Amino acid sequence: MMKKLLALLLALVMVLSFAACKGSDDANATTEAGATTATTDEKENMTIRMSTTTSVNDSGLLPYLLPVFEKETGYKVEVQSAGTGAAIQKAVDGNADLILVHAKASEETFISDGYGVERIPFMYNYFVVVGPKDDPAAIKDSESAADAFKKIADTKAKFVSRGDESGTHKAELKIWGESVPDSEKDTWYISAGQGMGACLTMASEQGAYCLTDKATFLSMKDKLDLDIILSESEDMKNTYSLIECNSEKLDGINTKGAKALIEWMTGDEASGLIAEYGKEQYGQPLFFLIEK
Amino acid sequence: MLRSMDRELLQILFVTLRMSFFSTLISCLVGMPLGVLIESGRFKGRGLIKKFLHTMMGLPPVVAGLIVYMLFTKYGPFGRLGLLFTVEVMVIAQCILIIPIVSSLTCSVVSTNLNPVLQSTKGLRLSKAKTLRLLLNENKYALLSVVLTAFSRSIAEVGAVSLVGGNIQWKTRVMTTAIMLETNKGNFSFALALGCVLLLISLVVNILVGVFSKNEKTES
Repeated sequence: MMKKLLALLLALVMVLSFAACKGSDDANATTEAGATTATTDEKENMTIRMSTTTSVNDSGLLPYLLPVFEKETGYKVEVQSAGTGAAIQKAVDGNADLILVHAKASEETFISDGYGVERIPFMYNYFVVVGPKDDPAAIKDSESAADAFKKIADTKAKFVSRGDESGTHKAELKIWGESVPDSEKDTWYISAGQGMGACLTMASEQGAYCLTDKATFLSMKDKLDLDIILSESEDMKNTYSLIECNSEKLDGINTKGAKALIEWMTGDEASGLIAEYGKEQYGQPLFFLIEK
Repeated sequence: MLRSMDRELLQILFVTLRMSFFSTLISCLVGMPLGVLIESGRFKGRGLIKKFLHTMMGLPPVVAGLIVYMLFTKYGPFGRLGLLFTVEVMVIAQCILIIPIVSSLTCSVVSTNLNPVLQSTKGLRLSKAKTLRLLLNENKYALLSVVLTAFSRSIAEVGAVSLVGGNIQWKTRVMTTAIMLETNKGNFSFALALGCVLLLISLVVNILVGVFSKNEKTES
């Protein structure tokens, strides 16, 4: 009896996995067919490789924008998202056609080293300081993030840092300025070395403060025991830029595709879409356009 | 390249070894007797338990991490212990992953000379506990490689460990999560160097165990 039941179960699993394989095979076949017709017709590379930070991808902005671009132009955009450090490194290694990141100093090095063509800042938002609802370090009415951080350090309230050299981590270090806590001695300063989502979860678990981009926080808010304590101070401005990778320095760059995508992203249609993004779901826009 | 972070690297190595040692120790203490009991026992549902253990060997580490996370999260059943993001909870997650491996492997090891041993213990009318000890003792060299497997598994694990440990600097960061972090930072070559250090540790442990077991053999 047992054996029969087991055999039946096994058969079921096999059938299901076959069905699943078939489904994905079909999907592959269609994309392949699409790609070959594109290349034979125009002899053009229709794939654009974009290396970007987690905040624009995980917040849902790119999955919201890119299908529109792909539908209009026939390009296929492959998005690789990682922390800003890794996102830039992938481009340096020649594995991307353009980057979308938010760390000015690293972007400028990227360009001065000859890997990028031009830095095109096109949108911004604000980082926010989130923390436990009762605000143990009383930072609510701070004039700036720097001021708030000082209060956190003075009261030794717990603080979770990304600690991964991402754009957000670099912004945090800039706010600390000269007085970056030493994570070895100052045990209240938790250097997590993980992505934004993991850090927010950790802050929620530990009742700690955390500097985050608003988009990621809002998308996770329901699962977190945290509130926005401080927002929109000038030292928390977060600018996103597009940079085309330099085909003179790197091999196999799809310059035409990168240019097309940058032009579209900074154009009127995308601007309209970006300004609307988040209003419906969160009642407020998540990204603002830089006036040209 | 590695010299620049000497002190922190040493601390990370220490945490890694501490975690792997205790994961291996607990997994073997639980898993090996379990394996012997399953293999030597003649009870109903034995085949089913073996199949279950084999299935558990395929448990994705992240899922094990997730289960442990859910148990120890602030509002979870064991949340009050405040163990989340500590080395202790990393060991717990590792044990969930490694015990099935250790017991399954122990089953196969013991099955090779199970019958002769059982016959002699029956003849000598030895107690169950003594039979268990004899079985483990008879197979100690084969079981040593099970221990090594458990150790390798625990030292190389990243998914569960980063989830429940949190990769906190000076606290729960281990070699694998440090490698993950350096990769995320874009320091690919440094990450690779750390990977080599990790392999080196495995090699040293293997050699030590090899030398140790050789000495034992010649003595006896």
